Amino acid sequence: MSAKAETASPVLFVKNLSTSFRMQDGRFHKIVKDVSFDVGPRETVALVGESGSGKSVTALSIMRLLAASNSRVEGSIQLGGTELLALPEAKMQAVRGNEIAMIFQEPMTSLNPVLPIGSQIAEVLTRHRAMSQSAAHAETIRLLEKVRIPEARSRFAEYPHRLSGGMRQRVMIAMALACRPKLLIADEPTTALDVTIQAQTLALIKALQDEDGMSVLFITHDMGVVAEIADRTVVMFKGEAVEVGRTEDIFNQPRHPYSRTLLSSVPKLGSMTGVPEPMRLPVFETSRENAETVPKARRSKPGADQPLLSVRNLTTRFDIRSGLLRRVSGRVHAVENVSFDIMPGETLSLVGESGCGKSTTGRSVTRLVEPTSGEIRLVGTDIMELNGRALRAMRRNVQMIFQDPFASLDPRTTVGAAVAEPILTHELETGPHVKERVADLLRRVGLGPDVAGRYPHEFSGGQRQRICIARALALDPKLIVADEAVSALDVSIKAQVMNLLLDLQETLGLAYLFISHDMAVVERVSHRVAVMYLGEIVEIGPRSAVFENPQHPYTRKLIAAVPIPDPARRGVKRPLLSDEIRSPVRPTGYEPAIRVYREVSPGHFVQQWGEEWGNAA
Amino acid sequence: MINYVIWRILQMIPILLGVTLIVFVLLRVSGDPVLLMLGEDAQPEQIEALRLALGLNKPLYQQYLMYMADLLTGDFGNSLRYNGQPALQVVLERLPATASLAATGLLFAVVISLPAGIVAALKQHRMADHIASSFSILGQAMPNFWLGIMLILIFAVTLGWFPVSGSDKPLSVVLPGLTLGSGLAAMLTRMLRSSLLEVMQQDYIRTARAKGLSQSTIIVRHALRNAALSYLTVIGLEASALMAGAVVTEQVFAWPGIGLLAIQAINSRDMAVVQTIVILSSVIVMSMNLIVDILYSVVDPRIQHG
Amino acid sequence: MADTETLPGLSPPLVVPARRLHLSPLAAFGLAMLTIFVLMAVLAPLLAPYDPTTPNLRARLVPPMWVAKGSADHILGTDHLGRDMLSRLIYGSRIALSVGFLGVVLASFIGVSVGLIAGFWRGPVDSILMGAVNILLAIPNTLLYLTVLAVFGQSLLLMIIVIGCINWTTFARVVRGEVLSLKEREFIEASRSIGQHPVVTLLRHVLPNVLGPIIVIATLNVAALIILEASLSFLGFGVQPPTVTWGRMLADGRNYIATAWWLAAIPGLMITTLTLSLIFIGDWLRDRLDPRNAS
Repeated sequence: MSAKAETASPVLFVKNLSTSFRMQDGRFHKIVKDVSFDVGPRETVALVGESGSGKSVTALSIMRLLAASNSRVEGSIQLGGTELLALPEAKMQAVRGNEIAMIFQEPMTSLNPVLPIGSQIAEVLTRHRAMSQSAAHAETIRLLEKVRIPEARSRFAEYPHRLSGGMRQRVMIAMALACRPKLLIADEPTTALDVTIQAQTLALIKALQDEDGMSVLFITHDMGVVAEIADRTVVMFKGEAVEVGRTEDIFNQPRHPYSRTLLSSVPKLGSMTGVPEPMRLPVFETSRENAETVPKARRSKPGADQPLLSVRNLTTRFDIRSGLLRRVSGRVHAVENVSFDIMPGETLSLVGESGCGKSTTGRSVTRLVEPTSGEIRLVGTDIMELNGRALRAMRRNVQMIFQDPFASLDPRTTVGAAVAEPILTHELETGPHVKERVADLLRRVGLGPDVAGRYPHEFSGGQRQRICIARALALDPKLIVADEAVSALDVSIKAQVMNLLLDLQETLGLAYLFISHDMAVVERVSHRVAVMYLGEIVEIGPRSAVFENPQHPYTRKLIAAVPIPDPARRGVKRPLLSDEIRSPVRPTGYEPAIRVYREVSPGHFVQQWGEEWGNAA
Repeated sequence: MINYVIWRILQMIPILLGVTLIVFVLLRVSGDPVLLMLGEDAQPEQIEALRLALGLNKPLYQQYLMYMADLLTGDFGNSLRYNGQPALQVVLERLPATASLAATGLLFAVVISLPAGIVAALKQHRMADHIASSFSILGQAMPNFWLGIMLILIFAVTLGWFPVSGSDKPLSVVLPGLTLGSGLAAMLTRMLRSSLLEVMQQDYIRTARAKGLSQSTIIVRHALRNAALSYLTVIGLEASALMAGAVVTEQVFAWPGIGLLAIQAINSRDMAVVQTIVILSSVIVMSMNLIVDILYSVVDPRIQHG
Repeated sequence: MADTETLPGLSPPLVVPARRLHLSPLAAFGLAMLTIFVLMAVLAPLLAPYDPTTPNLRARLVPPMWVAKGSADHILGTDHLGRDMLSRLIYGSRIALSVGFLGVVLASFIGVSVGLIAGFWRGPVDSILMGAVNILLAIPNTLLYLTVLAVFGQSLLLMIIVIGCINWTTFARVVRGEVLSLKEREFIEASRSIGQHPVVTLLRHVLPNVLGPIIVIATLNVAALIILEASLSFLGFGVQPPTVTWGRMLADGRNYIATAWWLAAIPGLMITTLTLSLIFIGDWLRDRLDPRNAS
């Protein structure tokens, strides 16, 4: 495909593109600097980079979707020989949605909530193809079928809120393809989706690209996705295209130091095969050429005979009320009969997709959410029995780190005060010792004590996450519940924070309940892994057993869906599925099935599955 | 949908109970009803007899229950001022005048704010925006009774285009309607402008632009419907303010509605009429809120009523 | 992971550094006018050229000095009893500002407490408190004020108390809404998970984060209460004579609208200027304190 692309004249030709924004100081600042690349016929080009690299701005510049009042686009953007930057707005409107189409990251907000999905698609056809209402209606249903939306005919009048994220993204794709554009710009189209849905969506985009013969400009931060789909890749860093080339070449011989950082920092699923212990990730300094020495495996299996945390038959359900009398009409079975142990100094990961109950499990264990039933023993004490003061005192032992570093610090409290709060609450230190302790904690997480007087907004996401870790460490907890603690971070920052967590575990003997949807990260950091599905643990065991010998069909599906950042291992064509993640909402009176677990190897348990998984094993 | 309406009407019951309780307490505090009925020079025996007859020797909660029973049978007491006519009848006779005034006010508010809000949002930071925004801030800052007086001064006294007061001529309703609607028009304009600007920042508007739709299609088809949601909410919330404004406006223009009646009744301590007006106007406010909520659910498919 | 996340200036901090507190021209006008009004109220005895309540039957209905037959003795003219308009306006500002500011202080205290409690603890407490809010919202407020004031009498103190006890609903509703959305934020959960006492969490982490909206509403509410006070006085239910109120001046002036327009026009202009100043300040505060509006 790419060989063809190099000979034919490009569909999209971008030369010396620079985009500036007017900032609060009233001046224009360049966000995209002198970027040049092209996209050939039927070719897929990936724009890859981290937050602030300017990749999305590049896409919006090509579409000319930036507000003219506070942005400026310079250079040349040619679509099939037409200079887009020179077109008057009315002509450009005829190009958008017609010759270039775009899909966006957030399927939940990218569709108009008050219009039926069918009419949102049909309006592209009536706009650009001058179709009659009835012809557009028929064509819309054909498009919905084309993107493999089940029962397309009945979905025409459906409103977006009735559809899952994956289905909404399909609607977006149908809308984008309505006029058979020459070029599709996909801006992080799978980032907000679960991994199995991501795999389906990527397969769909690929299949449709082959059917329609269009070119794709794919914007992503995920090296796995790049390896999976891109013929050529543009690596962006701080607004510049630092490396442009064939995807294989960039992965095999990255020339620019930043490309190397990006690639080395990505945890690769499967790379831990044969490694017994969690392992740090290599972190490169982008400014320097030399890499940190290859990380060594960590010392020691956590040794102890008494579990630190012991959870038995934990069940958490939420009532759904409706109707005239607000009666309970159903329940979310968020956590259903979950049991596990965590040893001192051990990392147990809970992994699964949205709605599987992994976060609720974490919050139930700390009783931030009130469990319905079950037993939670922390060093022998049943947490479920505690209340008021005793419960607050218990919380010293279990601390949490949350996903969103922007939401987990009070914007009106200084960093020092935030870290000092637990110390003062539990009266662990007094007077000047508090300040010393705060300084010590901040140093421990790699920040200087001088940051104590500053406010959270002055820090980047990764630094804020470090502050949250310092706050969690302030009480000398034995267990930290890390709820998607690295998920919102950029690749290179993610690696640093993961390494920090591993280091702290080694020096402080911490145990982690590590909650994540990211299989590759989980493989890197865990001693043991529990896979959750619809509120239940379907498979639990030592990390190597679960990853190298997965038994449950869901575990296998999950592992197979993860895109591997290695173009050589680009998956064989997957079947185009459109199944959805099932909902844990059940009618009242629903009795969950009694589950039986089979021990595959020592400590590796698999839930016996029923008909719903067919003979998939 | 029907379930939802029933559910909303049921929700009104505790609120109405609360309103009647407040009214009941105010009535009891306002003075001895027996003395009000008989006058200051009544004989002690007379007073005692009437007291027994009215059940005023019973515990307060029983009195409240009796009072509620009366209300439910439509007995709101008799007016002192209007020759002992039933208070409910006195008030209902005045209701159409207030209804037409409020409807005119609402109409003015919508007719002014819709175009003003849209133009202000589309021409943000330009002349049209500045003009619309200035008028809306002024409309909020001016006490509406003063606006009414100034309208009378300019358009009735000086120019003679409209009658000074009363409700007997076809054009009578214009100035009071404008007076009553001005505050709401100002608020709705500001609200529509800001919610349109907010909607225009949403992801789905970017989607619509990426489809190649023209600016006017985007506004009419995609933005306005979403902005209408907060517009409706404000109208619902301001229903109460509209009724309150009617009291003042009717006073300024001698408009013979329940607002004017209320002030006369309060001045002459005609408490039966006062309580009728308070309870009835609460019912009207709640009904307007209900209508707005139903409209809201028509516009917003995300609201499901099961 | 949006690209905009790290664009300088596109994700403004909640904490506004002092250097960015520069005044807009409208806000500067508002602050200047408000200062003048406050000084006027405080220094009324020094500033007023005449006693505001002494009639002077020889100088009745004198027009303002810039109108024909006006006189420099009475810059803004005199009313139907010959009382000096300027002096009456100066004294009237005392009632308007007292009711506006003290009413808001009381109302915001009640409303913020109710909103914090209802939003933070939810459950039956929330239902009862919000039930009370809905009851108060269902009765058109002018009617309620009129009835209550008619029953209890009309003094400045009583008026402030009555206004405070009825007008708190806006504060309660907004604060409750803010608390509900703040509770979803993880830093509140983090405070719980370090074992912090809920009351401390509420006062240390929730309250400071709702102060912005509270200040904005309070400012705009002062304007609303000044108009309310004027309306009630206009209807004859304000603080009773001989105390001078702008509303009462307007009511008196209305009777001479055909012959002495200034009697109604000037007090209304005063009220509008004052409320306009407060709205300008409130809008400016909103733009500064609400992160959604700063861009």
